[in-house]
Amino acid sequence: MNIHEYQAKEILSTYGIPVPRNRVALTADQVERAAKMMGGHCVVKAQIYAGGRGKAGGVKLVHHPEQASDVAKELFGKRLVTKQTGPEGLKVRRILVEESVEIAREFYLSITLDRETSRYCLIASAEGGMDIEEVAQKAPDKIHVLTIDPFTGLRTYQARKIALALGLSGAVCEDCVDLILNTYKCCLEKDCSLIEINPLVVTRAGWLLAMDAKISFDDNAVYRHREYPDMMDYSQLDPLEITAGKYDLAYIKLTGNIGCMVNGAGLAMATLDVLKEFGGEPANFLDVGGGATREKVAEAFKIILQDCDVKAVFVNIFGGIMRCDVIAQGIIEAANEVHCPLPIVVRMDGSNVEDGKKLLLESGLNVQIGDNLGDGAQKIVAMLAKA
Amino acid sequence: MSILINKDSKILVQGITGKSGLFHTQQCRAYGSQIVAGVTPGKGGIHIEGIPVFNTVAEAVQYTGATISMIFVPPPGAADAILESCEAGLELAVCITEGIPVRDMVIARAVQAQSKTRLVGPNCPGIITPGQCKLGIMPGYIHTPGKVGVVSRSGTLTYEAVKQLTDIGLGQSTCVGIGGDPIIGMKYIDVLKMFNEDPGTEAVFMIGEIGGGAEEEAAYWIKENMKKPVAAFIAGSTAPPGKRMGHAGAIITGGKGKAQDKIRTLQECGVTVSTSPTRMGEAMAEALKK
Repeated sequence: MNIHEYQAKEILSTYGIPVPRNRVALTADQVERAAKMMGGHCVVKAQIYAGGRGKAGGVKLVHHPEQASDVAKELFGKRLVTKQTGPEGLKVRRILVEESVEIAREFYLSITLDRETSRYCLIASAEGGMDIEEVAQKAPDKIHVLTIDPFTGLRTYQARKIALALGLSGAVCEDCVDLILNTYKCCLEKDCSLIEINPLVVTRAGWLLAMDAKISFDDNAVYRHREYPDMMDYSQLDPLEITAGKYDLAYIKLTGNIGCMVNGAGLAMATLDVLKEFGGEPANFLDVGGGATREKVAEAFKIILQDCDVKAVFVNIFGGIMRCDVIAQGIIEAANEVHCPLPIVVRMDGSNVEDGKKLLLESGLNVQIGDNLGDGAQKIVAMLAKA
Repeated sequence: MSILINKDSKILVQGITGKSGLFHTQQCRAYGSQIVAGVTPGKGGIHIEGIPVFNTVAEAVQYTGATISMIFVPPPGAADAILESCEAGLELAVCITEGIPVRDMVIARAVQAQSKTRLVGPNCPGIITPGQCKLGIMPGYIHTPGKVGVVSRSGTLTYEAVKQLTDIGLGQSTCVGIGGDPIIGMKYIDVLKMFNEDPGTEAVFMIGEIGGGAEEEAAYWIKENMKKPVAAFIAGSTAPPGKRMGHAGAIITGGKGKAQDKIRTLQECGVTVSTSPTRMGEAMAEALKK
């Protein structure tokens, strides 16, 4: 689960991590007033669930409140396209107005999970403000990585080693030690899968500041934090993805016209692959979960049909111990409820598979049965071509 | 022969009184697995379906001699269940539970790594040695005894692969679902090592997906060490970058984790890669001919 920069900064500041003075604004008028409070010179930052905002024109330095208001009017409601958003971009609904600071040095700092070691790791670099993947490619020696032992936690001397490696010394080095330790504390207590401060800066006046911050929460741990669901900005998500989330379905909108419903993430990906192989274009990724139930199948079917781009539906359920007749009933009910006229191909495997097929064929729907994965994909592509 | 489990495996089920715990206990027993005990804290002393239930894993081990645990405990208590099975000195813990917080798994995995207990999962379908023992949620009927070892990060895609193997007459020695979470116990290489040593396994089919670098790691290991033919399939060739495809791991980020790169690396390391999910069985047959 992602949150906005301003929310990440709010959380970090409760852990004693210094952030620039700022205000979140929902209107151009608020942006202007906030800019006035900052004394005119400030940074106007579009809040979206993606990075790369600077290069896309989503972050601007302004010099007086009217200019701030002009920039805000241009940004609000605009779909900002960055290299992380995809071509459709993300709508700007909130703007962060922040004091501008004179920067002496910039660093990169993050804590995330290292899958190889199954531990959290701290990554720091003196090349702040840049994409860390880019630094990793161009100058891997400038990246410092520390794997954190879960039994001892992150120790002060280790944090100091990192701060020194960044070239800091004296009081600001000790400030950085505190900042690193507090970031780790925040990561654990808030169940973060990523905290990224980029850039972390030292100002001309010699203070540390988290100039930009990104936090992602571990989806599996959201249940432990009652406040998280309210922090979600639904304007940043596809409406169908939101509906799918309510039913615990993993749905991702794609660009094609064949709606897909599959149980299991791996099989769902393989289904997209096989559709493409036979010349089809999937409209979505949808995983109803390994043990698909009748209710989930019905909801998933309705979600797929809400997408106007969908012209045909391919259902691939490897039920295993799930009963295919029950799944078939779920599909028929959902299709009848929304009066689905579209061609459907169902490939099912599992117990009572013959009963399931019979139910589907007698349902009056425009449905064919796929005997296996390849056969199903070929049939739906053919039905779509004829339609 | 087989790896990890066989007809003599004595299994206890943590979370046996839950809905899916009980359902799958019945399914496994119907397949022929020896389920000797259940563990649900607070319900010790009762019998469920004739299986004695204990309050702790240690007690269950003491009274029944169980050496393997199958875990169905819901996410808030699942990491604790893994820790408990490690402390009781079990040989193997297979955690089916999906959705365990990462922070809990960091600790559980670190403790488990220092114990004598092997861990498979979490968020996995489990393990099956066809005709002998089913320890998980996979459908038993698609499997058939034989000599191909199967290792996979996926659930239902593994069923698809196994069905294709069975359909062309290639039975399986043991199938291991290692799970789709970022933190798991046994990884590809740990399972490949066991297949390599197992006289009952003649070849291995490996199923991977986009994201991370586990498949590449396995590929290099195969090149250096594997004495038996390996075939593979990687799901997600057509997945767009930056979108998380269901599993926590299945995402292409910063140009890393692409299916094409994984396929190339596997091929360079001598693995026969099926380019289509419809030809997984054929790819295995082809690798066996080499």
